[in-house]
Amino acid sequence: MQQSRADILSSLQSDILRLQGFKSPGNTTARLNLGLMDAAFPHGVFPLGAIHEFLPAGEEDIAATSGFVASLLSNVTGANGIALWISTSRTLFPPALKSFGISPERFIFIDLKKEKDVWWAVEEGLKCTSVAAVVGEMPTLDFTSSRRLQLAVEESCVTGFVIRPYCQKLTTTACVSRWKIASLPGEVVDDLPGVGYPQWRVELQRVRNGKPGAWDVKWMEGQLKTVAEKVLHHFEPEERKAG
Amino acid sequence: MGKRFVSIWFRYLSTDWFSLRRPELRKIPFVLRTPSHGRMVISASNAIARAKGISDGMVLADARAAVPSVVALDDQPELMLKLLRRLGEWSIRYAPNVAIDPPDGLLLDASGCSHLWGGDANYVSDIEQKLETHGYGVRAAMADTIGAAWAIARYSRGPGIIESGKHHEVVMSLPPEALRLEPEALERLHKLGLHQLHQFISMPRATLRRRFGAQMLLRIDQATGALEERMEPIQPMEPYQERLPCLEPIVTAKGIEIALERLLETLCHRLRQEQKGLRAAVFKGYRVDGKVVQLDIGTSRPSHHVIHLFKLFEVKISTLEPALGIELFILEAPKVEELLPEQEQLWEEAGGLDDMRLSELVDKLAGKFGAKSVRRYLPDEHYWPERSFRPALSLQEKATTLWRVDKLRPLQLLNKPEKIEVSAPIPDYPPMLFRYKGKVHEVARADGPERIEQEWWLQQGQHRDYYRIEDKEGHRFWLFRSGHYDDKSFQWYVHGFFA
Repeated sequence: MQQSRADILSSLQSDILRLQGFKSPGNTTARLNLGLMDAAFPHGVFPLGAIHEFLPAGEEDIAATSGFVASLLSNVTGANGIALWISTSRTLFPPALKSFGISPERFIFIDLKKEKDVWWAVEEGLKCTSVAAVVGEMPTLDFTSSRRLQLAVEESCVTGFVIRPYCQKLTTTACVSRWKIASLPGEVVDDLPGVGYPQWRVELQRVRNGKPGAWDVKWMEGQLKTVAEKVLHHFEPEERKAG
Repeated sequence: MGKRFVSIWFRYLSTDWFSLRRPELRKIPFVLRTPSHGRMVISASNAIARAKGISDGMVLADARAAVPSVVALDDQPELMLKLLRRLGEWSIRYAPNVAIDPPDGLLLDASGCSHLWGGDANYVSDIEQKLETHGYGVRAAMADTIGAAWAIARYSRGPGIIESGKHHEVVMSLPPEALRLEPEALERLHKLGLHQLHQFISMPRATLRRRFGAQMLLRIDQATGALEERMEPIQPMEPYQERLPCLEPIVTAKGIEIALERLLETLCHRLRQEQKGLRAAVFKGYRVDGKVVQLDIGTSRPSHHVIHLFKLFEVKISTLEPALGIELFILEAPKVEELLPEQEQLWEEAGGLDDMRLSELVDKLAGKFGAKSVRRYLPDEHYWPERSFRPALSLQEKATTLWRVDKLRPLQLLNKPEKIEVSAPIPDYPPMLFRYKGKVHEVARADGPERIEQEWWLQQGQHRDYYRIEDKEGHRFWLFRSGHYDDKSFQWYVHGFFA
């Protein structure tokens, strides 16, 4: 009897995950290997086919955020996948993507004038099943539009990344996770001079059905490596109010 | 089925145009004048003036003496050509192939068109009636050859529609002017007492050529149909074109959508049968007021997918102004390419750049935001960072060189380098601190310099010495100094940000 009850519970739990738009990891062939970070996600796998939100810690951390997204993208798109990069004022330098393990020619850049157009374009991109990932740069994202994006990816299983530079107001969104990225001084190897490997403080502030956490990661030799696990000590005050 | 041509003759083209602008001219004798050899000569006159004995080519003073009440206005010959062209565009609704026939006529290739109007008689009378309600006095004639139609419209007193194969007999009784000959040849013919075609048309050809020139033989052959005459359409016919004339003018967006959908279906059906796909399409609406409105779309790969093409047009339909209504819709495919039927996909995987769905998405985005906003980049062989990549021409274009990875490049590059204030200890050393956007950054670690020279064959200017900088907070920058340190004109810039 006890056994069957545990079975029922676990099957109910997986049902809830499925209803919330989480596919069980068996369905997706691509599996990101994020080391220590993997434990934070439901099923222990970075959720593909979902929307992830990335906040730069400051104005100067936008490059770091793009770098972290690019390092995730290299795993998501694989060798053949296509990604869209949609923004209003793009400063991303395509040749630099190569050092993050992505062929820049597999990126389609869409430069638009209005933020409203970015929403539309991101949604259209997420609906297209032949795209592996869509990156949208948009400072504002309200609950309704994030819900629309989430509904679009549930149909198509495309992974969406929303970078929110110059974000003024944080509200609740329907995104699966919310990350905050800050640059860290690069790691110094044996007191050698020069700039080391890029290193970031990555805070997973919110993750649906997972466990938030914070890590120091570095991008080294084409791989994302976790340097140390940190204790996530603070939540945004707005976050609490909204919750 | 034989060829059928309609010639429309505007009897009073220029005077009709002036009376449309000033209706009071309709009831009085009225002429247009042009200066010639120091006097005013009448170049056109309306019906009332002609009835009073005024004819074209008369000196204006003579006409005034005969009819003192005649009103004279300045002629505008170049305007008339424009007007004729507009009338020609308007009459595309009757036949796809329309040519202007200066100074006062239009030619329509009506082969296979008249049955849509219920026969030749209805067709020609519809053309005449419509033009008359627009305010132009016209006479139209239909025959198997351009020459015969032209002659009958202008010189025949009988019916305007000549049955197929009968034009020969009708033309015989017309005066030689009906052959579109040079004035000298006409004069000679009349001098010889040859006032009708049948009097000389059966003369030996060698004789005709010797006496009246080769032009005469050409015109005779063109009128009888022995020689085919080419017409120069005002709008070249697209090989892939579909037309949809409407019984009633269409004014609603829904109506336009239905028309578009029908045209797309027929065009795509034809394309599919010929294993072709369109790369560009133009959807034209011919409005009641004579204007033409149009929408253009382009695709990144050949396509004959009705739903996809419809969606591309759909976002633009709201920009189409129907005004009083659209009478005729035309869908053209000016750019058509081979499209072999795609193979069934054997296994599901994330599609690459060849995926049809991807190109449809790109078309949709390019259609809404303009083709320039959707870009893909390929490497270019330049060291200068701004030129190290170039936009790809198509989704399928392959890179000819490799992306360089030996030198680290910033993930974010400013479109224009921004000036910064710097303090550097010794020449060619990275700076100790710099001020960017009002904030002072203390440099903790640095790499460099990496010198990039100007490509003098493209651009003149100073070289750049790039440094990778990390400040105390861990932000990484790409700075450069343009020019030598010992030059007076050197300047520091921030150009990008490393991840």
